[in-house]
Formats: sequence, C-alpha cells, structure tokens
Amino acid sequence: MDATPIRTVDLAAEYESSGVAEVLEELDRELVGLAPVKQRIRETAALLLVDRARRALGLALETPTLHMSFTGNPGTGKTTVALKMAGLLHRLGYVRKGHLVSVTRDDLVGQYIGHTAPKTKEVLKRAMGGVLFIDEAYYLYRPDNERDYGQEAIEILLQVMENNRDDLVVILAGYADRMELFFQSNPGFRSRIAHHIEFPDYSDAELSRIAGQMLGDQHYILSDGAQAALNDYIRLRRQQPHFANARSIRNALDRARLRQANRLFTTARGPVDATMLSTIEEEDIRSSRVFAGGLTIDRVLEEERA
Amino acid sequence: MRITQGCFSYLPDLTDEQITAQVEYCLRRDWAVGIEFTDDPHPRNTYWEMWGHPMFDLRDAKGVLMELHDCRTAYPDSYIRLNAFDNTRGFETVMMSFIVNRPAEEPRLHMTRTEGPGRSIRYTHTVRP
Repeated sequence: MDATPIRTVDLAAEYESSGVAEVLEELDRELVGLAPVKQRIRETAALLLVDRARRALGLALETPTLHMSFTGNPGTGKTTVALKMAGLLHRLGYVRKGHLVSVTRDDLVGQYIGHTAPKTKEVLKRAMGGVLFIDEAYYLYRPDNERDYGQEAIEILLQVMENNRDDLVVILAGYADRMELFFQSNPGFRSRIAHHIEFPDYSDAELSRIAGQMLGDQHYILSDGAQAALNDYIRLRRQQPHFANARSIRNALDRARLRQANRLFTTARGPVDATMLSTIEEEDIRSSRVFAGGLTIDRVLEEERA
Repeated sequence: MRITQGCFSYLPDLTDEQITAQVEYCLRRDWAVGIEFTDDPHPRNTYWEMWGHPMFDLRDAKGVLMELHDCRTAYPDSYIRLNAFDNTRGFETVMMSFIVNRPAEEPRLHMTRTEGPGRSIRYTHTVRP
C-alpha cells in the first residue's frame, strides 16, 4: 500500500493517461453532427475524471450513479454512442470489462409465469462488468395489461441498478416522448438515472456526409449526378413515413448497391474495371420508390385517411 | 473430517475475493464456469447436482459470484464446487474444479477392508455422520 498520502492530482495528465482523450477524439471523428450529444459526453467525462481525482484524495467515497437514458428518434446513433460510452467508462475504471450487452424487451421478459426472473438474471449476469443497453425500454412497461411480466423485469432491474452500481451501468434508450411516459409511470427509474442525453435528428447535410462516410468505408464512390440524386432522396425520404435517419440512408445505399450490381450485370459488355465496379450512378438512386412517392401501401393508407 | 477434492483443497477455504480471482482466470481462458452442489461427498460420487446451467457467455466473475451466493443461500449445508469447462476441440473437458462451500460439520469417510482369496484386500468407503 502507498504510505504517503496523495495531495495533488494532475487532471491533464490523468486525461491523457486514462485514454479518455482517445475515445473523445474517436467520437468526434467517427460521428457526424450530434454536437449536443458530444458536448454532454465531454461533460460527463470531465465529471467522472474529477470524481476519480476526488476519490484518489479521499474526498468522495460513493460510486456515482452512472445509469443513463438516451432519447431520440431511430437511427440517430444511440447504440453507437452507447458503445463509445462503454469504452469511456472502462478507460475511467468505472466498469471492469467495458463490453456492451444490447437487449430489448424480448431478451428480458418471459412468456409464462416464472420465466421472466431467470431470463432477466441471465442477461444481467452477462452484462456484469460492462454496460447493459436496453433499446426501446418503454416496452418493458405495458400499462394496459396489469399482469404483464414486464413489471417483474423492471423490479429486478431496479434492484440491480441500486445494489450493483459498481458492477454494471444501465443505459435505457428510446423515443423521447414514450421514454418520458415510461419514466412518469416508473418513478423508480427516473430517480436512479443521473444522465439524460437527447439525440437530435440529423440535418440533410449531415445525412449526406454520413452517406459519404458509409460508402467510403465500403470503397464505393458516387458520381456527381448520383450525389445530387442522393441529396434529393434525403429531402424526400424525410417527409415519408418510417424515416429512421442514418439507418434509412444505410438501407437506401444498400439498395443502390443492389441496383448498381444489377445494372452492371445486365448492361456490361466486355470486362469491367475497378472504377465501374465502385461507382454508383444517378440512375441507381433515381429508380428508388421514394421518388415515386414512397411505398404503395403507405400511399394507399394516406389516401384513405384523406 | 475435511474433504479434499479438486484444486486448492489442501489450502484454507478460499475467500470470495480469491474465488473471484480464480473465476477471472477461467473466464480469461474462455472456460465456462458451472456451479454444482451435493450432500454426498463420497469420492465415487462424480455427478453432483447442477445449480442452473453452466455459464458460457460471461465476461466478468461477478455473474458467477451472484449465482454462488444464491446457491449458498439455498444450500448452506451442502458441498458446492465450481467447475471450469473448456470446450476447445480436443479438450472438451473440465479443466479446473474446486470446492467453494462446505457444511459446518463435515461427515467422516470410513474405510472398510475386506479380505479376499489369496490374501487380497478390497477397500470400500462409506460416508458416516
């Protein structure tokens, strides 16, 4: 044991040596936009760093509550940020292993009496030493069915969140309005969650940059026409139902790649070169259903409502 | 009489901290840890009762310790052991096994010698309170 009591802590050195700087830089580099989220994470990191220094000096003894809630629309990067958060907490020594266990209602709640508790405990055991990410957490609570087994899972979760604060961090995620309702009906959760982080929707320009990044990772390039088509696509897609930010863009790009492959396969005469194989043309994007007003079924439903 | 089986059985009983360290070692090697208990410590009693499934997907020893705690609460007067199973092809066997709980009052193992033809001796053991 160290005999001489520590009197000072160099925060800047701690910041460098803990590897927190690395995680934050990674976050900045890899995630487009999300400025308020990054700001909150930086603040959280600062708080934890200071708290760690306080503990080194013997000023604080309790483990701070680290459970969080991530609210925002689908495809705004909640899971990705949770993964980074797990890394961050691990570097700072607040979780021992730093892995992320991502679950939904189905993983926690059982089908019959006596099925829920073992199922929830199984997941909690797996998440020990890491971060438990519960996506669409509000589905755990079904107010219309008082015999719903979700309540049982909630009680076990609350107990573990309180008693095993050293062992795991729980992150609840979902749409903002429904999470708010969930917290209202389960005040136990609200009081145990210290950090609420809101994820804003991406702007058109940000989505366009995200698309560029996704394609770059897979070694595809957009022709100039295709870039313009993609910008139009993003603008139109946003107004149609089931818009899921970056996830919609990823799906659109997957389909564009499919059409590109098909186009090459049917039209290519003779050998194709690397440029042809990696270029997505305007027509690959323009032939999306989004330009024809979306899915037929959605249009029919819309007309019926009108 | 103190029963000696598996690893560490000639050492004083492991504390929870030491058990945690051993489990961490097992998990680092990707072994699945299972908990078993019995009230019959006879050396020929190989198959003990299982406490839940072996844990194949843990990352941290805390999960095992939670189960161990539950098992101790349910069977405070039983022998409880942890088995670490290696599923690597070619091994597929228990690599490590150690006792983590004993009854306060341990039974005695009594040996009986039976003389056979030609001065041969057969040995049997019985567990006695």
